[in-house]
Amino acid sequence: VSDLTTLTARDIARGVRSGAFRAEEVAEASLERCRVVDPRLHVFNELQAERALARARDVDRARSAGQLLPPLAGVPVVLKDNLCTSWGRTTCSSRILSTFEAPYTATAVRRLEEAGAIVLGKTNMDEFAMGSSTESSATGVTRNPYDPERVAGGSSGGSAAAVAAALAALALGSDTGGSVRQPAAFCGVVGLKPTYGRVSRYGLVAYGSSLDQIGPLARDARDAALALSVIAGHDPADSTCLRRHVPDYVALLAGETRPLRIGLPAEFFGEGLDPGVRRVLEAAVEVYRRSGAEIAEVSLPHSSVHRDASGALASYAIACYYIVAMAEASSNLARYDGVHFGFRTPSSPEDIVDLYSRTRAEGFGEEVKRRILLGTYTLSSGYYDAYYDKALRVRRLIQEDFGRAFERCDVILCPTTPTPPFRIGEKTQDPLTMYLEDVYTISVSLAGLPAVSVPCGFLDAQGTRLPVGMQLIGPLFEEGRILEAAYRFERETGARVVFPGAAT
Amino acid sequence: MSGSGDRVAPVIGLEIHAELRTRTKLFCRCANLFGAPPNTQVCPVCLGLPGALPVLNAEAVRLAVLAGLALGCEVSASTKWDRKSYYYPDLPKNYQISQYDLPLSREGHMDLELSDGTVKRIGIIRAHLEEDAGKNVHERSGTTGVDLNRAGVPLLEVVSRPDMSSTEEVLAFSREVRRLLKWIGASDANMEQGHVRFEPNINLHVTRDGRTYRTPITEVKNLNSFKSLEATVVHEVERQYALWCRDPEGYSMERAPRENRGYDAVSGRTVFQRSKEEAHDYRYFPDPDLVPVNLDPAWVAFLRGGLGEFPSARRRRYRERYGLSDKDAAVLTQEAATGGLLDAAVSSGADPRRSAALLTGVGARLANERGLSIAEIGLTPRSLAELAGLVHAGELTATAANVVFAEILGTELSPRELAASRGLLVSRDGEAVALWVREALEANPKAVADVRKHGKSEKKAFGFLVGQVMQRSRGAASPEQVQRLLREALDG
Repeated sequence: VSDLTTLTARDIARGVRSGAFRAEEVAEASLERCRVVDPRLHVFNELQAERALARARDVDRARSAGQLLPPLAGVPVVLKDNLCTSWGRTTCSSRILSTFEAPYTATAVRRLEEAGAIVLGKTNMDEFAMGSSTESSATGVTRNPYDPERVAGGSSGGSAAAVAAALAALALGSDTGGSVRQPAAFCGVVGLKPTYGRVSRYGLVAYGSSLDQIGPLARDARDAALALSVIAGHDPADSTCLRRHVPDYVALLAGETRPLRIGLPAEFFGEGLDPGVRRVLEAAVEVYRRSGAEIAEVSLPHSSVHRDASGALASYAIACYYIVAMAEASSNLARYDGVHFGFRTPSSPEDIVDLYSRTRAEGFGEEVKRRILLGTYTLSSGYYDAYYDKALRVRRLIQEDFGRAFERCDVILCPTTPTPPFRIGEKTQDPLTMYLEDVYTISVSLAGLPAVSVPCGFLDAQGTRLPVGMQLIGPLFEEGRILEAAYRFERETGARVVFPGAAT
Repeated sequence: MSGSGDRVAPVIGLEIHAELRTRTKLFCRCANLFGAPPNTQVCPVCLGLPGALPVLNAEAVRLAVLAGLALGCEVSASTKWDRKSYYYPDLPKNYQISQYDLPLSREGHMDLELSDGTVKRIGIIRAHLEEDAGKNVHERSGTTGVDLNRAGVPLLEVVSRPDMSSTEEVLAFSREVRRLLKWIGASDANMEQGHVRFEPNINLHVTRDGRTYRTPITEVKNLNSFKSLEATVVHEVERQYALWCRDPEGYSMERAPRENRGYDAVSGRTVFQRSKEEAHDYRYFPDPDLVPVNLDPAWVAFLRGGLGEFPSARRRRYRERYGLSDKDAAVLTQEAATGGLLDAAVSSGADPRRSAALLTGVGARLANERGLSIAEIGLTPRSLAELAGLVHAGELTATAANVVFAEILGTELSPRELAASRGLLVSRDGEAVALWVREALEANPKAVADVRKHGKSEKKAFGFLVGQVMQRSRGAASPEQVQRLLREALDG
């Protein structure tokens, strides 16, 4: 691993600004690493080397011309392939969008580029962000940099693996039920899901619109804070993106350490949690306790994990989440019909309905079809009240639970995932087991709250060191509070990003 | 239709879709523009491209609130947006953003003045806002193209109660709604550009031998003219009655399904499209991309205050206060500005009936020739008042007034100046008239002879000579004066 690729985003920006190195050198080093590592991990759907180098040279020219450089000048970033860019393709790792070139750029991406970031390419993901392992991608699975036999998580698996493997200093992902946090945990990086309405969704290909948020993946809390400062804030193109002051998160972390009350929800430390993950989490809680944080028990009854009549693990939050997300997905994905853009069946359809059917049958993968079918079913006349409307009511109960919990603490701490990264293919035959991967992240999404997954240690799995993530959850628009808590952990443990062996 | 002794009562409700007059579309900044080359008024939002998001056009909400108020509706304090799902190539997202259970306004009514002098109240269930679809364009080659310029144009959907029972009522209601939307500036309501579309739902209550039967309801989709609306209602009533006569028990609301039908302009008939069993399940649910709209009651009250007089009230005023005929009152209330012209002339002292006659006569003819409304042809209230005054004072004949009306448009002259310069003011000294009389007599010796013979063609010949003189005067002579001088000349 060369020096330039392992620097944090802020150190790269500082170095480029001071002239210690050029943006072009950083881009070249990153691209070189991408070319070596990507064949082993399959991080990218599309590497955009030419454009990246040209942009980097622009940054260097601006510096030579004496211009003041923006906060991410020269920082190599990668984008989940569901973020529209007016260059290259935006495929959502789906056959149905395999040739799609968006005519416009997502607001969050535009803001990153305006801040000087250098986009290296578009990363692999679960098809249309539907999955927790990047295995539902039409372009193949992304491998975990810590163990290539294991998944990188999902759906933002490519983005998480890229940051972990030092291919880029920052990445953007999207999180609907845990799709930034879970792969961040699996790949040992920081992954932040902002409050719903904090970051514009304009240009993010919709999956579950009332849940989708774009979030940064970074090597540490301070880089995540820097990225969030850049992408957050009102956008007139997104009615759900709120007009609300964006604090300077970087300055916030640089400030004084404030007292911290941490809430531990009993429901998230019980049934279904891997013992190894539990031990790492308990040690992390000790770190906070020793640092002077107050630890309190809180309860999130409607998010509890229990055994159903058949003995299988179940959760109201999961049921609620999948009804809401699939219903919205069935509607959001209706537009992929072969008529206006994207893939169209190469066969000769008999009529327009046949064209729709064949295009969608051939263009979508299994998981996407499953969710469209279930979503269509729950919205159907006669079923709406029993499913969608009921799910909305459960959603409110889950939100209220969090409201009560935050009366007793500043942030809630829990595991990001119930298990360490699993083996490729281990869960693909059983969608319900796969859905349980999100059991600790989805209630946060349903409540619209901000949460960050922070690497908090490793566990040994048959001789392989696998990263474990802890999730820090905050009240609405309190991204500063959870980033502060994450940074506190990093300082207490002296944690530094460890670059996994498989990536080198 | 009671030849067999059956009493047949049509029960008709109407959905009216009207495009609102906004500069831009409902959820994006593309121009709301008719007639541009296909797919030139489009953007990622109205094309339904991945990742694009709708942003509500506040002006469309303002116009829809105005319309709701004008239709006597309660305007909701809070409303929201729902997705209505169905697959059709002219609907790029394969769902339409509409309003399902919380329409912008509801529970209104409209009072119709019918030809027999009675007033009938038609209930309005709701008026909500939604986005229009694009257009499928079927090419000669057999392929079909899609033009999405219209996709996303704001559309007001007005849903009436099934309170109408005749073609006359349906036409009166649809015309009045159209007039009102145009009147308040909510829609251009241009029929040729498809701004207004109708969907009547029709069935019959047939009473035979003291028992009432109800035929199944049919809904006829997408009618874009009053003519097709009228033909549809007439045809549906006949068709349903004929079907019922064949099978009074089977062709009933209880046993036969509700149908959607289309109108075929060539045959003048409606044709089957699909029955209720095949109907779409629209799978409505709240659109997560848009936030609910809260309407400030003070703002709604402000809009209500600015609405002014409606066409029906104005028609009544014209009849009762100005003494106009029903027909003239109707012509002058086609849109707000024409009545405004009349009212301005009257308030500066002009005679209402003389002014109205000028507008409904020559004014309407000129407007029609130019494809404009009467208010748009360019006559100022001051000119109208002066012109009416000249006619009223006998200084200008009606014929000459028409000439002046037409020629004054676009000039800086006053009617009196123009009439004077054309020699059209009624000649009072008689000398000029006497000259025209002499000329007419010299030019028409046969007519003169006929008059002097006192035969059966005397009256006709005299009339002819009067006409000849009037023609020479181009209206500047009064008919009474011409007759007197002509009689003197012939007798003398």
